[in-house]
Amino acid sequence: MKIIVCVKQVPDTKEIRIDPEKGTMIRKGVPSIINPDDRHALEYALSLKDQDSNTEVVVLSMGPKQAKNALIECLCMGADQAILLSDSAFSGADTWATANTLAAAVRKLMPFDLILCGQQAIDGDTAQVGPQLAERLAIPQVTYTRAIQLEDHAIVVERQMEDGYEVVKAALPALITATRKLNTPRYMNIRDIVKIHQMDDPVQIWDLNYLKLDPDQTGLKGSPTRVKRSFSPTPSSEVTFLTGSTEEMVSSLLDALKNLNLIGK
Amino acid sequence: MEFSLNPTQMMIQQMARKFALNEVKPTAADTDETAVFPWENVKKMQRYGLMGMNMPVEVGGAGTDDISYVIAVEELSKVCATTGVILSAHNSLFCDPLLKFGTPEQQEHYLRPAASGKKLGAFALTEPNAGTDAASQVTRAVKVEKGYRLNGTKIFITNAGEADYYVIFAMTDASKGTRGISAFILEKGWEGFTFGRVEEKMGIHGSSTRELVFRDVFVPQENLLGQEGEGFKIAMVTLDGGRIGIAAQAVGIAQGALDETIAYIKQREQFKRPISQFQAVQFMIADMQTQTSAARLLTYQAADAKTRGLPYSDLAAMAKLFASETAGFVTNKAVQLHGGYGYTREYPVERMMRDAKITEIYEGTSEVQRMVISSHAIG
Amino acid sequence: MNNENNNVWVFAEQTGGEIFPVVFEILTEARAIAAKLGTGLSAVMLGYQVEDLAEPLRAYGAQTIYVCDAPEFKDYTTAAYTQQLAALVGQHAPAVLFIGATHNGRDLGPRLASRLNTGLTADCTGLDVDLEKGDLLMTRPAFGGNLMATIVCPSHRPQMATVRPGVFKSLPVESPSKAQIVKVPPEIHPGDLQTEILRIVKEKSQEEEITRAKILVAGGRGLGSAAGFDLLQELADCLGGTVAASRATVDAGWISNARQVGQTGKTVQPELYIACGISGAIQHLIGMNKSRTIVAINKDSSAPIFKIAHYGIVGDLYQIIPAMIEQLSSKP
Repeated sequence: MKIIVCVKQVPDTKEIRIDPEKGTMIRKGVPSIINPDDRHALEYALSLKDQDSNTEVVVLSMGPKQAKNALIECLCMGADQAILLSDSAFSGADTWATANTLAAAVRKLMPFDLILCGQQAIDGDTAQVGPQLAERLAIPQVTYTRAIQLEDHAIVVERQMEDGYEVVKAALPALITATRKLNTPRYMNIRDIVKIHQMDDPVQIWDLNYLKLDPDQTGLKGSPTRVKRSFSPTPSSEVTFLTGSTEEMVSSLLDALKNLNLIGK
Repeated sequence: MEFSLNPTQMMIQQMARKFALNEVKPTAADTDETAVFPWENVKKMQRYGLMGMNMPVEVGGAGTDDISYVIAVEELSKVCATTGVILSAHNSLFCDPLLKFGTPEQQEHYLRPAASGKKLGAFALTEPNAGTDAASQVTRAVKVEKGYRLNGTKIFITNAGEADYYVIFAMTDASKGTRGISAFILEKGWEGFTFGRVEEKMGIHGSSTRELVFRDVFVPQENLLGQEGEGFKIAMVTLDGGRIGIAAQAVGIAQGALDETIAYIKQREQFKRPISQFQAVQFMIADMQTQTSAARLLTYQAADAKTRGLPYSDLAAMAKLFASETAGFVTNKAVQLHGGYGYTREYPVERMMRDAKITEIYEGTSEVQRMVISSHAIG
Repeated sequence: MNNENNNVWVFAEQTGGEIFPVVFEILTEARAIAAKLGTGLSAVMLGYQVEDLAEPLRAYGAQTIYVCDAPEFKDYTTAAYTQQLAALVGQHAPAVLFIGATHNGRDLGPRLASRLNTGLTADCTGLDVDLEKGDLLMTRPAFGGNLMATIVCPSHRPQMATVRPGVFKSLPVESPSKAQIVKVPPEIHPGDLQTEILRIVKEKSQEEEITRAKILVAGGRGLGSAAGFDLLQELADCLGGTVAASRATVDAGWISNARQVGQTGKTVQPELYIACGISGAIQHLIGMNKSRTIVAINKDSSAPIFKIAHYGIVGDLYQIIPAMIEQLSSKP
């Protein structure tokens, strides 16, 4: 069985600070981590490998060269192969262009049985790349996965819903997006850390030429959406005491929170 | 000379730090309170290759260098000194002498399971009347057909009762003093080998510290470690390595206390500002930071020398002496800077202060370290 | 509104004959968007035996309602819904398509956008129109709420967005016009379904996890008794938030220790932290001082909590919180 796990290196959003003047992120000193949901996707793949050593786990990522570190970490957790899609032409991609680029790489890895992604990434929180990748590959998708059972040529998935869950059966190959409920991700193993660091190039780098992608279909150029502006929603650091009658204080508080997009208008 | 960690060491640090924060830190206060050996975490450390990590791959280890191992002990000890010493005792005091002095058969039978995380090891030298003065051992091993018969007791043995395998020292020829001591490998469960009193300690509560009792324990000839009469040498060489592990534990305790304190003083306000803005506080932090960094460098230097096969006996003694006294100093100041809160169990620094003290005592007291260092210096 | 091209469309998600509340929230907001764009507002609904549900959509301003009623649409499946909606969009070329950011909406949206080769903005909390260019302005939080980004989709149509539930108010139109109901035949084949739903299980949500909540309403000793947490729960329900607690209240046995924030509890970092009757002892602050926006309600204006709060109300929480609940639940 061949499983492809898509992972993303993201800034640890818990450590992010915002420059209140410019409304931009201060990236300096913010550690890069494997997107948390992606760890659960990888854990599922590795658990299948624990059960059947013939299982092959390939981790796939798109990002700048330093995203190699996230992939090395995946190898140190037990993945067999790591591929980084990296090219200046890929940068600035929205979810459509990202999915298109990943799809080109997956086609090179055919045949496969299962693609696993994290439900969403903590930097963008879009939850879009998984389904968009499944669409580009014309395979079924199941999102919000909280449990998986493998059957012959099919998977039966518990899909988390707002008020319960549904049990969905999908034929393989399929794409699954994993939630934190799926499992508890493992740590890197000291043995694998030593082994992987003795290799010359544990991570393969694939670029635009290698994927034979149209540069207009990837990166910023290939992205239907654009960021028009970004701003910091953080209020000033000084406390603002609200004054007036109870009703007035409450009303000005709620207005302030609405303006910060914290509560509904 | 290279003063930064290599990529492997950095990755091991990242792994150990995350493991310590997620798995060990949440249970550290409870381990202290209940004084129960933290088996659940030890099993995870076995699974992830920490137990036996610095043993070569050929004997079942992960094949790391000693700096990586020191980093792992430090990261664990930052949040829980108990967990740090379990790793140190297993790797340095059990695996290491088997690697250096074990026969291929002994390595296959005892080291491989220990280095690959299937079995836990311990080391027993100290006796009620033979601490620093190891030559006054009264545990006797009398030669019998196909082996030896052991009688006596050992005390203050780390991992005792929990470990599967033990390196034990006993007199085979009392007339020869230290040259009459021999080393043996014993298995838990052998007839006549029992565990006695559990010590109630000031700190490292979760670490098992117990008495070993031998009543006519038969030890087969093939379980003699090294040559007959070589025991004292084996013990001293082993403790040289063990001191690096304890130095790392002490550095971890100091760094853990420092981290807690820095977070606290930025929060704690008195006279309308965070106490971190007071110079008296800042200067204390500067001293704590400087000594901890110096202790770490000495520890890394000793570990590096060991990996390179260079002499490290005095380096290990200096690292352990300085790091353990630093741990004492830093944790004391940490409690001070936490004020009344620091004296309560709501904050971890009081536990760290209690845990720190043992690093000045076990695997050779600070006084023994000074003896070792001065004999190297003066000759 | 017979020229249906370039309309603003709202996907009217329903399950078991009930339309999701977010649909009405979007319709309410989409009315303003359609007006700014000078186009009509349409709703599109897929389901089985759901024709009665068209009426409420009209009441919230849908002028054209496409209803595709067939057994294949009884329960949501990615393939069937995507195929049907892609066909409809192909025929009618809407300018904008909104989908509620529910679990199904966030499953459908990206699949559909990818098939239509257009952009999609996820989980929007703000919508507007660039009047000069006629572009939809879609604002959403990113980087864990540390940053807001306004996204446009300038040259692809439709401009698609999923919209976060609970953000917009839903208000019916005062005098709704007559709506055109268009019955659409299903355009899928059973063989197209790539997944099969074996069963649907309803269950009560488990204990809420305070470390993952976006909004926390936290109570301290100032609540006076365990009953105070009922009031906080009511406020949390209005805000879509979760109740948290200080150590004093946990020690007093007023609430489970799973809710405790602070040195011996959990460290939280929500987008909004409302501290009610919490004085702000250092061991509490350390667990929540990274919250993005902190509101403190306390009787004592010198309480340390105000030092780290962004908004402060000095007063009796038993007057202030009911007033908040009242204002939040009343229609403007």
